[in-house]
Amino acid sequence: MLDRLSHHTLLRHLLLTLVAGAALVALTYGLSPYRSYQLATGAAYLCATAGLTLLVGLSGQLSLGHGALMAVGAYACALTSAELGDAGTTGPLLLLLPLAAAVVVTAAVGGVVGLAGARLHGPYLPELTLTLTIVVPSITTTFADRLGGDQGLSVLVEPAPAGLGATFPLERWQAWIACGAALLTMFLLANLVHSRFGREVRAVRDDEVAARLAGIDVARTKVLVFVVSAATAGLGGGLLAVLTQAVSPGGFSLAFSLFLLMAVVIGGIGRLAGAVWGALLLVVLPDLTTSLADRVGSSPALAERLDGNLSLLVFGVVLIVVTIAFPQGIQGLLSSAAARLPRPSRPGPSPSSPTRSSPSRPTSTSSESIDV
Amino acid sequence: MDRFLFLTVDGLARGATFAAFALALVLIWRGARLVNFSQGAMAAATTYVAYSVTTASGSYWLGLVAAVVAGLVIGAGTERLLMRHVDASQPLNTVIVALGLVLVIQAVLGILYGSEYRPMDVPFSRTPLSIGDQPLLSPYDLFVLGTVVAVMAALGWAFTRTDLGLTMRAAAFAPDMARLLGVDVRRMLTLSWGVAGAVGALAALLIVPTELGAHPHATDLVFVYAFTAAVVGGLDSPVGAVVGGLGVGLVLSYVSGYSGSDISAVVILGVLVAVLLLKPSGLLGHTSARVV
Repeated sequence: MLDRLSHHTLLRHLLLTLVAGAALVALTYGLSPYRSYQLATGAAYLCATAGLTLLVGLSGQLSLGHGALMAVGAYACALTSAELGDAGTTGPLLLLLPLAAAVVVTAAVGGVVGLAGARLHGPYLPELTLTLTIVVPSITTTFADRLGGDQGLSVLVEPAPAGLGATFPLERWQAWIACGAALLTMFLLANLVHSRFGREVRAVRDDEVAARLAGIDVARTKVLVFVVSAATAGLGGGLLAVLTQAVSPGGFSLAFSLFLLMAVVIGGIGRLAGAVWGALLLVVLPDLTTSLADRVGSSPALAERLDGNLSLLVFGVVLIVVTIAFPQGIQGLLSSAAARLPRPSRPGPSPSSPTRSSPSRPTSTSSESIDV
Repeated sequence: MDRFLFLTVDGLARGATFAAFALALVLIWRGARLVNFSQGAMAAATTYVAYSVTTASGSYWLGLVAAVVAGLVIGAGTERLLMRHVDASQPLNTVIVALGLVLVIQAVLGILYGSEYRPMDVPFSRTPLSIGDQPLLSPYDLFVLGTVVAVMAALGWAFTRTDLGLTMRAAAFAPDMARLLGVDVRRMLTLSWGVAGAVGALAALLIVPTELGAHPHATDLVFVYAFTAAVVGGLDSPVGAVVGGLGVGLVLSYVSGYSGSDISAVVILGVLVAVLLLKPSGLLGHTSARVV
């Protein structure tokens, strides 16, 4: 049974996803509303970090604009839900259609950005995505009558379905929505990594000329992987909009885009399981540094300056140290530690997704490709 | 027509600072084949150096010198202490480290100075002088243009006429050959970063006082404009950086002058997308951007 499972990538991923889903549902019953909300936020981040780690690790391209792409998704979600609300739509459609709009619109924006930047060799994609991130506030101010300027928009969200009981906390419902979307994203991306397309993307990353000789349309592949990555960021942004029930440009600053990148780097570039670690860090670290700032900052003025800036400082230092000293990230360290443990040998080829960032990586780590 | 002339001159004066900043990016790109994404944050740090020195001493010029020296030290120090230790076989790694540096610099500036804008003085009047009835350049604009032209001329002379400049170019274009001929390529790279840091500091100090003043994020947009200018110019060409910088300055000036809103940043995004879609090698790039 286990044998057959290890041969069927799709089946294995499906089973893992279902198990993870059941575990998460059980988990939410043990969490306080605040923790449930944090879990939901982490799941929303996970959509974006999973897409970003796919882009950076699998295709070797860098985006400094995934925060901006999340903003696109969030605004698309907000505008669609407002339209639907005006039209009198209620029920599941009021949730699903805005999220679908977030994915579609962000994928379209990703298509334009990808066509301009992703087919080129050089610093053009980071530059273009950086510009996108910087101009988000200008765009929302310029089209203030539609996008609400600095104030942003509010998002129409219905409470948890009545069928779940009157005392069902909203936060648990939010956690279910966000975790469901994140699991779906992870499932699709994990299959994508192991698909023909995933192999083509890796071939392009490792040697564009050889890939082209093998009949792969290099530019198309690079643009497509950016579109996929943008779509997941859009879903993450849409989820954030649903969770906070509001969208404003302030939440999607350049620092936020850099935080997403940092999460991916620390988790381990190119590893979907690493994206989970990254999303977790994004939720936990700001809390930690805020309480640290309160403890260090003796005067209120100093505490105010430390607040926020201290997490920037910690994140920046961690980003530099990890890139120089531990380029394989948390998940890389974990899987090389796991490889050192004695384990029974298993028949059959184990799937692996080679990552360029760590040539010395052990090859038999079937758990890493989708460890949700 | 009068307004057009005024906007043109104003755009050229702003564009000159973008050109200088773009030149700093091109210097490092030619030397190390990487874009210094922390250039903007480094320049923001040097404007605070100028602010502190000027506030303490009362002299604008002392602040200017301090900022340029600080830029030189920060630039060279970044290469020597940080970039040299990054695994350069992965181009992404250098970019990620530079971005980490952006976070660190902006956080430190925020902790030291807070997040309010610190207005900075300029040494000359910013009221435009009139020729006939036509208001044109302010004395400060003239100072900016003169400074940038002088810096360009000095760099041009240094890179084409002096031994050190020729050695730096050799180290940038053919590192292996230069090494065989006895050039200390690493030292030349450190020097390139230092010069770029100093030029970036000067450019930031020329433009930041004309806006809201020193701020940890004061140079974010300047960096984006300068990077766009460098891409428009071809990323590889100093002359292209100057042309691109002036072009970006003109576009910004016309857009904000005629539409009167803050749409200019969005327009720059459009310019960048258009250039990358239509002519990714830039106007004056020698080595074309590879489209596979």
